Amino acid sequence: MFGMEFYVDPSRCIGCQSCLKACEECDTHRGVSMINFDFVDRKDTIATAAYVCWHCDNPTCAQVCPADAIKKYDDGIVGSSLKPRCIACSNCVLACPFGIPKLVPQYEQMMKCDMCYDRTSVGKRPMCATVCPSQALAYVTPETIAAMRREKPVNTFWFGNQKITTKVYMMAPADADEIAIDVADYIWEGENGLVPQAF
Amino acid sequence: MGWFRKPSSTPLWRDEFSVFTADERYVNRRQFTKFLTLTSFGMLVGNLWILAKSVVHRKVSYPRVPIAAMDAIPVGGVKMFSYPTANDPCILVRLAVDRFVAFSQKCTHLSCAVYFEREQNRLECPCHQGFFSIEDGSVLQGPPQRPLPRVVLEKQDALLVAVRMEGESE
Repeated sequence: MFGMEFYVDPSRCIGCQSCLKACEECDTHRGVSMINFDFVDRKDTIATAAYVCWHCDNPTCAQVCPADAIKKYDDGIVGSSLKPRCIACSNCVLACPFGIPKLVPQYEQMMKCDMCYDRTSVGKRPMCATVCPSQALAYVTPETIAAMRREKPVNTFWFGNQKITTKVYMMAPADADEIAIDVADYIWEGENGLVPQAF
Repeated sequence: MGWFRKPSSTPLWRDEFSVFTADERYVNRRQFTKFLTLTSFGMLVGNLWILAKSVVHRKVSYPRVPIAAMDAIPVGGVKMFSYPTANDPCILVRLAVDRFVAFSQKCTHLSCAVYFEREQNRLECPCHQGFFSIEDGSVLQGPPQRPLPRVVLEKQDALLVAVRMEGESE
């Protein structure tokens, strides 16, 4: 819609957390930020990563929802959970390969990024993309991103054998066509890396 | 629209509760035909029911009830009575020496009691300013849509006798 796409580049994130605050401003979910914000490896680096829902073409969160509360709309946006339907079972929280959905206990509801549906559906940019000073979160046309960045927008991800294509693009090295993530690689193996330890 | 998929290759529950709003709205030929068949069958059953009801329908019989002595009411006078049962208030008006009319007193709008407005020569319902003709009970003005049911009167010696109701909506 309106020719704009969302591009996420965690390498540009400076950790200012403006996106969190901008997201909280929204009247549809005031006070609750739907940005996923990570400190990548707090012990060794100050690197941070802010990202939004990837809006999968075939959303796993919606596939596992027993209450039919998550919907993918005609323009490709995967909505937040529908309040009358969501039963706060956390299936989507566990199933999403990106770890996007968050259960908000005080509302007994899952809430996640819907790419500011009230804004983007009328041609405005999402709140986070309007405030991001380094444009780690950018909502622009594909032509703009091609002209401004060296990285290549990629929207194909592999999680083990699960292939996921998304509406939101990740900025990847120019030679990458897809991003493969070995989930087992990221399992914490203890302080010295030898003793497997349960959380 | 790469994410759009035709919902025919998947189980029914996935079609009915699809993740995609576009699929939820999608009605295939079989569903449409089923809808048409069931609704026309419903129409048929409904019509048969109405037909059967009109066949077995019996005419309501009304009692003959003497309501007033004729000379007890002056011209322009009014008498309240109940007809056909004690719970159906009616109003009797003497319009001329030899003209009596009687109507149900329940306004056809919201069942307030109508009264005879002598100056304007009409029946008025005070709740919402509904006016009825004193001649035949038809609506002159206001919210009521249907005329007042009329009580058919007969003269029997010096007595007025209510014979039946006319224009009752049941």
